[in-house]
Amino acid sequence: MIRTTRSWRAAAAAAAAGLTLAACGTSEDSGNGGNGGSDAGGDGGECTEQNLAFLGATTGDAGALGLNMVYGIETALEEYNQDADCKVNLKQFDSQGNPEKAPALATQIVNDQTIIGLIGPGFSGESLATGKTFFEAGLPSISPSATNVTITEQGWTTWHRVIGNDNAQGEADAKYLLETVGAKKVYVVDDAQDYSVGLANVVKKGLGDAMIGSDQIQVGQTDMSAVVQKVTSSGADAVFYGGYYTEAGLLAKQLGQSGFKGTFMSGDGAQDPAFVEVAGKAADGAMLSAPAGPAPSDFAQKVKDVTGNDAGLYTTQSYDAANIFLAAIDDGASSPEEINEFIGGYTEDGVSGPITFDDKGDIEQTTIYVYKVANGELDVENPEPIE
Amino acid sequence: MDFDFLINNFVGLTVTGLALGAIYALVALGYTMVYGVLQLINFAHSEVFMYGTFAVAWVFVFFHGKQADTQGLGSALPLLAVSLVAAMLLSAAIALLLERVAYRPVLKRNAPRLMALISAIGASFVLAEVMGLRNRFAGWFGLDDDLDNYVAKARDVYSNPVTIQPEGLFSIGDYAVKDVDVLVLGAALLMMVALDQFVRRTRFGRGIRAVAQDPESAALMGVNSTRVVQVTFLIGGLMAGAAATLYMIKIGATRQNAGFILGVKAFTAAVLGGIGNLRGALLGGLLLGVMENYGSALFGSEWKDVVAFVLLILILLVRPSGLLGESLGKARA
Repeated sequence: MIRTTRSWRAAAAAAAAGLTLAACGTSEDSGNGGNGGSDAGGDGGECTEQNLAFLGATTGDAGALGLNMVYGIETALEEYNQDADCKVNLKQFDSQGNPEKAPALATQIVNDQTIIGLIGPGFSGESLATGKTFFEAGLPSISPSATNVTITEQGWTTWHRVIGNDNAQGEADAKYLLETVGAKKVYVVDDAQDYSVGLANVVKKGLGDAMIGSDQIQVGQTDMSAVVQKVTSSGADAVFYGGYYTEAGLLAKQLGQSGFKGTFMSGDGAQDPAFVEVAGKAADGAMLSAPAGPAPSDFAQKVKDVTGNDAGLYTTQSYDAANIFLAAIDDGASSPEEINEFIGGYTEDGVSGPITFDDKGDIEQTTIYVYKVANGELDVENPEPIE
Repeated sequence: MDFDFLINNFVGLTVTGLALGAIYALVALGYTMVYGVLQLINFAHSEVFMYGTFAVAWVFVFFHGKQADTQGLGSALPLLAVSLVAAMLLSAAIALLLERVAYRPVLKRNAPRLMALISAIGASFVLAEVMGLRNRFAGWFGLDDDLDNYVAKARDVYSNPVTIQPEGLFSIGDYAVKDVDVLVLGAALLMMVALDQFVRRTRFGRGIRAVAQDPESAALMGVNSTRVVQVTFLIGGLMAGAAATLYMIKIGATRQNAGFILGVKAFTAAVLGGIGNLRGALLGGLLLGVMENYGSALFGSEWKDVVAFVLLILILLVRPSGLLGESLGKARA
């Protein structure tokens, strides 16, 4: 009997192991998406399979942003592959923007020898959670969208981004409020998230004495009556909010309902049409900054032709990021070290603006744009650059 | 600690806190009634409320369209009346569905109370996800284009296109009390009184109290306890629908997980006042709303939940059964 039990156990263990392996296989397949390397190296004969990886949210609450990035990468690859001897393909890894899901995917990526570079991670939280893994594996990465300041302060020399960080945005926002808007008393509110606190703190510093008060709300908070009362009783003529569009919209709306007539400004976390939908008429006159300009019109058409989808926020940045890797391949770089070195010395004008990296991996020159809301619509076509 | 701000804005903080607290109280009724009758916490009640908020927004989108607008309380009143009816009906329907699907089959088999609790939590997830995936369900029937205004971006925030602009009604000191806050507070109080009288004075109310006190004896005396439970859920749903309308007047935006935080607050209010006690729910809700505002004023808004829950713990230390800790069954007629 004991024997039987044991063999049963062994069989069960084997079955469980089989299931686990099968599960691994499945997730890897889904990671490949529809762009598996089936046609890679098919022509030419001496080609080795080369892939770029994308790590970010393509489903979940922020899935739309990740898809914007994927469309940019697919457009760049399509252009490149049309007349390339060795084709490069994309492997997608969907983190849902979750810092807890990203590390396992990062391990998959660094263990995949066909992946020569990473575009991403999409958000700051997952960047901080995975940066060490990629750095230790020596895999070069370029993020189109992660803006938290501390990421490039970790000493991860393989980590780059083609977007201005929150320092650049916060300083520009403070300057815009003081010089262009002419605000004398600014009340600063944030939602206690990493991104929001970072941005709000830089704005507070930039405002100096013009900041007359600050408060912190919570993500998911819907009733802002206490904050609204603090703002109105402080006599502020402008409010800066660090956070995302839902709370930003509710705050702008409830400020409007209380009779607040000053300027409402927020950062790229609130730069979304949903902000206007939540805030309603109170959104008119609101200013939302972002370290990304609008896509040039011929580029938008190109993305539409290749992917069948509209370009959105971060599509230009991810297109540029993909093109940097492709330029590295054309330049003859093959090992991760060579590619990383190529990125460090890269100087070109991309569709998102001029691209050069400093020694931390931050983009050297960046323009922050202010998007304005007028007549119930967020004008995404004509933002004002902050000089 | 900003005492100056609290003292200078005491009236305003109190009024807006009371208005929010009234909404907590109406939702808390659902928790407290079900607990009173079944000794069960209906964790899916927050979803009953959430469906009500969507009903309000849908009514406005249907009759008004998607374009943003700002209206005073007076001109929005007809649509608000329609949406109140819609929200109460939808919330009541969801509550009855819950009772039929998640509670009755479990209780009928004399399963432990814990099972009903788990099935309620499961039902809560299902209801929230159904709302969050409504665009896909519409897609199954090829209706997602027709219903785009109602289902698009299902997981994202969904708002009432008409912003209700509050107007000052009268002044206390130098604070102009807004008509919206008065309406919310007044409507909630009115409904509370009506429900309280219903439970205390009517024949059916006596049935509810009898089942709450001793279900078996009540059954022997000819009370149809299944019907009583059903009506309890129905009342909870109606009140949640009313709360949803008042919430949408004040806040104006919702999403598929909007019930969660409000549900936690309402449940807290119910416990604070003494769970199973209708008047306790009112007291607990109002107290919680006001304390949150005072806490935000004194320590900063990030501390408002801390203040509210420290208060809860302190009160439960002194009075473990809540402020008015008297159960539904013991309420005197």
